[in-house]
Amino acid sequence: MKHMSKLALATLLSTTMLTGAAIAESHVPEGVTLAEDQTFTYRQLDEFSSLDPQVVEDVDGANVVRDLFEGLMNQDAEGNLVPGVATGYEASEDKMTYTFNLREDAKWSNGDPVTANDFVYAWRRAVDPELASPYQWFMELMSIENAAEIIAGDMAPEELGVKAVDDYTFEVQLTAPLPYFPQMTTHATTFPAPQSVIEEHGDEWTRPENIVSNGAYVLTEHLPNERSVRERNEMYWDNENTVIDRVVALVINDENVALTRYLAGELDQTDIPAGQYPSLKEEYPEQAVSFPRLCNYYYTFNLSDSGPEAFQDVNVRKALALAVDRDIITERVMQGGQPPAYTFTPAAVAGFEPPQLEWAGMEQSERDQMAKDLLAEAGYGPDNPLEFEMVYNTSEAHEKVAVALSQMWKQKLGVQATLANMEWKVFLEERGNQNFELARGAWCGDYNEASTFLDLLDSDSGYNDGKFSNGRVDELLEQAKTSDERAPLYTEVEQILYEEMPVIPIYHYAGVYMNDTDLGGWPVDNVEQNWYSKNLYKIAE
Amino acid sequence: MVFGSSQRAAAIADDVTDQIPVRGRSLLKDAQIRFVQNKAAMASVVVLGLIILFVLIGPLFAQWSNEEIDWDRMGNIASEGMPSIANGHYFGLDELGRDLYSRVIQATRTSLLVGLIGAATALIIGTTYGLIAGYVGGKVDSAMMRFVDILLAIPLTLVIILLLVIAGRSFFMLFVSLGAVGWLTMSRIVRAQTLSLKTREFIEAARAAGVSEVTIMIRHILPNLIGVVIVYASLLVPEMILTESFISFLGLGISEPYTSLGKLIAEGAGTMAYGTTWQLLYPLFFYVAIIITMFFIGDGLRDALDPKDR
Amino acid sequence: MVSYIIRRLLIAIPTILILIVASFFLIKIAPGGPFTSERPLPPQVLANIEARYGLDQPLWKQLWDYLTNIVLHFDFGPSFKFKDRDVNDIIAQGFPISLTYGSLAFLAASIVGVALGVVAAIRHNSWIDYTAVSMGIGAQALPNFIMGPILILTFTLWLGLLPGGGWNGGQWEYLIMPVIALSTSYMGNIARLTRSSMLEVLNSNFIRTARAKGLPTRTVIWRHAMKPTLLPVVSYLGPVFVYVLTGSVFVDMYFSTGGLGQAYVGSALTRDYAVLLGVTILYGTLTVVVNLITDLAYAWFDPKIRY
Repeated sequence: MKHMSKLALATLLSTTMLTGAAIAESHVPEGVTLAEDQTFTYRQLDEFSSLDPQVVEDVDGANVVRDLFEGLMNQDAEGNLVPGVATGYEASEDKMTYTFNLREDAKWSNGDPVTANDFVYAWRRAVDPELASPYQWFMELMSIENAAEIIAGDMAPEELGVKAVDDYTFEVQLTAPLPYFPQMTTHATTFPAPQSVIEEHGDEWTRPENIVSNGAYVLTEHLPNERSVRERNEMYWDNENTVIDRVVALVINDENVALTRYLAGELDQTDIPAGQYPSLKEEYPEQAVSFPRLCNYYYTFNLSDSGPEAFQDVNVRKALALAVDRDIITERVMQGGQPPAYTFTPAAVAGFEPPQLEWAGMEQSERDQMAKDLLAEAGYGPDNPLEFEMVYNTSEAHEKVAVALSQMWKQKLGVQATLANMEWKVFLEERGNQNFELARGAWCGDYNEASTFLDLLDSDSGYNDGKFSNGRVDELLEQAKTSDERAPLYTEVEQILYEEMPVIPIYHYAGVYMNDTDLGGWPVDNVEQNWYSKNLYKIAE
Repeated sequence: MVFGSSQRAAAIADDVTDQIPVRGRSLLKDAQIRFVQNKAAMASVVVLGLIILFVLIGPLFAQWSNEEIDWDRMGNIASEGMPSIANGHYFGLDELGRDLYSRVIQATRTSLLVGLIGAATALIIGTTYGLIAGYVGGKVDSAMMRFVDILLAIPLTLVIILLLVIAGRSFFMLFVSLGAVGWLTMSRIVRAQTLSLKTREFIEAARAAGVSEVTIMIRHILPNLIGVVIVYASLLVPEMILTESFISFLGLGISEPYTSLGKLIAEGAGTMAYGTTWQLLYPLFFYVAIIITMFFIGDGLRDALDPKDR
Repeated sequence: MVSYIIRRLLIAIPTILILIVASFFLIKIAPGGPFTSERPLPPQVLANIEARYGLDQPLWKQLWDYLTNIVLHFDFGPSFKFKDRDVNDIIAQGFPISLTYGSLAFLAASIVGVALGVVAAIRHNSWIDYTAVSMGIGAQALPNFIMGPILILTFTLWLGLLPGGGWNGGQWEYLIMPVIALSTSYMGNIARLTRSSMLEVLNSNFIRTARAKGLPTRTVIWRHAMKPTLLPVVSYLGPVFVYVLTGSVFVDMYFSTGGLGQAYVGSALTRDYAVLLGVTILYGTLTVVVNLITDLAYAWFDPKIRY
């Protein structure tokens, strides 16, 4: 349990920490000459939904918010917890009460001190039905006392189990001893919010001319769908160790155009389009990078009554899963260093020990043979071919994978899979209403723990679109919520998933980027890709 | 316009009688002769014929189907997927390792059908609608044109999504939605021409001579509209081909493994920087060939059918 | 004439109203809502959000509130996707951008297109005609999703002359590529329409008569042939004008201009109801106005036209 010991260590450390500044060191390695112009320019896929920490719901927005605001805890380059506004925390014996000690030198960009009341205000705000944050569920997931009741409208936001013991002590009451609670405080929803500014400007408080923030940067410019600029916050407590002066996010929807502009020198970082990683790696070995991410990619069978009869047979499901040559998908379709998936949970998840599954160790030819046998056993063959429709949302990469899968099944098993692409919202609606036979799915972890993935296959989960239901899986997942020994439980769940095959795992995501050689400090080892511009630096060329 | 006497009207009618195509057969025959004499148009007909021939017999020479993946070359498209006679991929491979020759043939067939049927649908609806609105005029015109205004502004994306949900994906629905898009501008053009034509003397004359309204519309106005209608319809063909790729994006059109020129061109354009330009050039070649043939055939038809030329 | 304009403007009101109501219901029946997402929201959270935006009210009430807010406060509602902004903000920010590059593209397309078409028709079947025709076909053959990447590759990556995207307050170097990309295919179409229309006019009796009278070609073309030539072209330009004015989604996507085209298509795909409705109303109003102007233009091109 590497994960737990790390946590325990963090807790231990925090109580002995004196001041934040004492432990914060420069993150620039020795011998690096910094560039004159410390501007970091990166590509952003889409316009962000919001810059309000309690409201933001997209990855692009969260990246900006993480720079503008600072929560209780931050993550380091490996994803470990490090102090943010809190210098550390203490958990009570029963792990139901957490006390965070806030640093006294933390300031808002207008010079006001950041106090525990700012967190109390923000957390109450996050659960307030009136604000109606789409991330209210996150606060509920954190198991904060009364959160669920407040969201349901049965209690006032003031009753939330948080309080400012004094200006620099913030206390949280939980309803369950959630093992990964401290990790969750790195999430944007839990960041502090400036009450006076919000009350003065209302919904317009995040405009560059109004916004007041407590992170390493302040927003200075925002042209929707074009760019946003954030600049050094002189009031930030660790401003001295912040190297990057200016961060520019350019919204570029088309990944090919983004790559062209990167190659023209307009960007320091961009995503690599599917299939282009090998050739770029060859041409720019220093710049093309790939590393595992906390996301999976799968196809789910519709196991509800509206699903096809054939998929009720586990042999059919297994046959289809076995016949997928994952190496072809990862090495010849995606080509970005994605790990092939034989489990639902990515192996990169902290504290997850993938079971030794027989199919992971087989040759593809053996899997194919097994698939043929299983399908024949299920009664499908040349005179009675298996036919079904597979749906995915319109996108070039999804289409490539879908076509490759259908061809594998056709050539190896004689299975006739009809492809149907759908516009995103229609796709979600149809999948959510079990109006499909086989559907694409993907999931990115909300936190670095196996339950964020496996909960999808809980019978009661609102995300369980395939309506897989297994009593033992539900039982194991319930146990895991409070257990200290969770790895064996997750391993057993994965074992059952292999035997039952409710979903076909295809691959796990990789972050595939072009990072300019003069960009230093990119946290490739942070599987959640929670990055902070203050930890980056530009190297002189 | 008020005429002094029907006698004068009859005189004018006589005067402009060469503008009134009375005997349809001879008009068509004349048109046919003129069209055949138009070299560019005839050459285009030949080219179009060749394209159709290629689409029909091309598959006989294909060594790969349009959906088969060349597993060995997949993943190394830029270096191994270029056009080659030796390995049977005459037009090279697409990004996924499928034979572009077969895919282009299938796409050309689809897009040609989509372009022609889509444009024809738009032509028939748009002309009829515009002709009626312009000729009847007044309140009817006003109401009909405001309806067009509304349709021009209504969010097309949602209309298509709704069609998909209600009727499901099919080739027929693709044509319905293409037709629904294309006819609006056509109807505005036809109406404007009709408004102008109906004030011409020969129409007044025909009316004064007691020719029925429907006959005037069909026999006198329609032939004079043909020039602009045909030219605009020929413009619609490429537009329909491109609109199809948007409709398919929304899920109502063509789905994999089938493809279309619009989609192949869009894919090729996306990857043109990565050394796989054949993925753009082959589909673009057929697309441009279709545009050019449409241009000259449209021109030839216009010249041939123009009643004023006689 | 004045009474005609007034009458048309009065009809515009019910027209737009029908447009709003039709779009409103269209949006409501379309599958998927603004808050449908990969991770479905828990029912309670969804209920809170819907209550905040008044989506829990009966449909007629929602429509009524929407209309009264527009009439009384000129408020087109909030954006469900971009939660820090409302529809008025989004249109106020995107429309001027689209308007700038759109009207430039429109001017470029119509001036060059008409000129090419006229020249080609006058010198029918000469090398000038063939050149103009080839240019027209070339322009038509390069839809904006090919023009976009080609321009960026050429001018940004290879030549390093122009910035690859962005708006920057509409400085000229940011305008060039969007304007070219947007105008080419229209230019080709306009040239084509003008050419054939001009050919037809030049062949007609009254031009033949004018020529037979010995009037110089230039006079014949400018004084007699131009107006009837442009009549069908103007009918085509009307909808094109509205379309380019509200921006193009391709241009906005390729060049990160921040225009309204992307907001419009994006709002349809994300079911951002109020934004979609707001832009639709803008689009509808422009359509009605521009079509009124083209109708008035007809009367100028052909004084005999009466409505």
